[in-house]
Amino acid sequence: MNAWLSPQSSLWWAVLIKCGVLLFVVITSFAYAMLFERKIIGWMQLRPGPNRVGPWGLLQPLVDALKLILKEDLTPKTADPLIYRLAPFISLVTAFSVYAVIPFSEPGPGNVWAVGDVNAGILVILAITSIGVYGISLGGWASGSKYPLLGSVRSTAQMISYELAMAMSLIGVLILAGTTSLVGIVNSQAKLWFFIPQFVGFIIYVVTAVAETNRAPFDLVEADAELVGGFNTEYSGLRFGLFFIAEYINMLTVSCIATLLFLGGWNAVGGLTMIPGIGWFLLKVAFFMFVYIWLRATFPRIRYDRLMAFGWKVLLPVATLNLVITAFVVAVRG
Amino acid sequence: MTIAFWALAVLLVASAMFVITAKKPVHSVAGLLAHFFFLAITYFMLSAEFLAVIQLIVYSGAILMLFVFVIALLSSGVAPFSVGPDRLPKIAAPATLIVAVLLGFVAYGISREPIVLANEHGVAAGPVGAAGVFGSVADFGHALFTTNLLPFEITAFILMVAVIGVILLAGDHVPYVPTRRRARIVERDMREAIVRAGEE
Repeated sequence: MNAWLSPQSSLWWAVLIKCGVLLFVVITSFAYAMLFERKIIGWMQLRPGPNRVGPWGLLQPLVDALKLILKEDLTPKTADPLIYRLAPFISLVTAFSVYAVIPFSEPGPGNVWAVGDVNAGILVILAITSIGVYGISLGGWASGSKYPLLGSVRSTAQMISYELAMAMSLIGVLILAGTTSLVGIVNSQAKLWFFIPQFVGFIIYVVTAVAETNRAPFDLVEADAELVGGFNTEYSGLRFGLFFIAEYINMLTVSCIATLLFLGGWNAVGGLTMIPGIGWFLLKVAFFMFVYIWLRATFPRIRYDRLMAFGWKVLLPVATLNLVITAFVVAVRG
Repeated sequence: MTIAFWALAVLLVASAMFVITAKKPVHSVAGLLAHFFFLAITYFMLSAEFLAVIQLIVYSGAILMLFVFVIALLSSGVAPFSVGPDRLPKIAAPATLIVAVLLGFVAYGISREPIVLANEHGVAAGPVGAAGVFGSVADFGHALFTTNLLPFEITAFILMVAVIGVILLAGDHVPYVPTRRRARIVERDMREAIVRAGEE
């Protein structure tokens, strides 16, 4: 038999094809998430949003991409060239690689709706996203100028503070599900979605996820009113674009995690099973994306010391308390 | 598997060398990040899935991040050493010899008793991470909270002592005053200052 078609290599081919499709889907959804955001914010502020390119502004992402590609790629004289060039790629690669373990629909016989079904799924996601911060903090440092440095220091402190509360809020779900596999967690929500018994954990997760993705009202890292553009002030052209893509993909990622862990993943609402699982999954993710945009259009940016105090003195204790109570209830009920 | 192991081994040693030879501290941090990443892949290859993930979350995600924080604040804009490090002291030569001999012993010991991979050891090889599989999350947790509970808790206690020690060493040695009373003191001082200013 041809070596390219043996069972071993067909497995490799399947993974490669899945990766290709996934890359395409994620990049496309990034592009339209951006348009979605600009449209929704436009409507919330009583203006039409982008509507010049293509019908209903649908070709806007394409033109934006073209603009970024054609712009000059600047490197400041004071920058550290190696790290400065490396940083956007750290951000983007970690943002993409999370999708290797996210399941998008119910696994069929001998087939999964994911590149790989890892049993420690949620832990792998936490591990990969914890590396993503380096893109921002190293990029800000390597720019060799003051505003990016401030942005990078802020991001470091903010990420560490909110990552703790985020992990704490997820452990409650892991205790209820009794597994770290994402497919297993979704399957254990067949009867009751975890956002009901884990309501506190759910709220804490949503809040910390906004902070972890540097979105308003927690976008202190790029705070344009104080820091020009924060960590990405010196970046231009495609390198800036890479950071931008990474930010939106991270938004999609945290929406996917929230869907899988708290909103029952691909489980249908009210027995409406004629819509396939993937449809439900995408609907729930879109709901979270809308909430993100809604938050951005609603809240003013929070002050830095309040952000820190909120993370350490409110979110972390409440998440810990929630964890202890959950563990106690699960232990008592056996 | 062997090819992957040797490739990883070369990458691990190379990134470690980069960490100690790099001139700028931030380059060292980037090298260390790469090193931790390759180390995690090595753990994955040894079927120690949980250890790999914890390696990334704890070391790359938290501890190295603090290094970046400190280095970014302290050494921003500082030129790397132009003079170069000091010359090696005379004691370095015999010390190197001793270390080389010791490492030779270790290498000899390892080569006599080769490391056995999990599935060759009679432990079930299967989907990594499921219960009953070497290195899985379930088994790791079980071992941690039953057989090794005491050492685990003692480690946590020692870390706690270290944290309290740091606070004692670094904190200001002003006796503790509750916030509310301190606020009253400040308020009284201000009122007296205003009264004084009015008299003048």
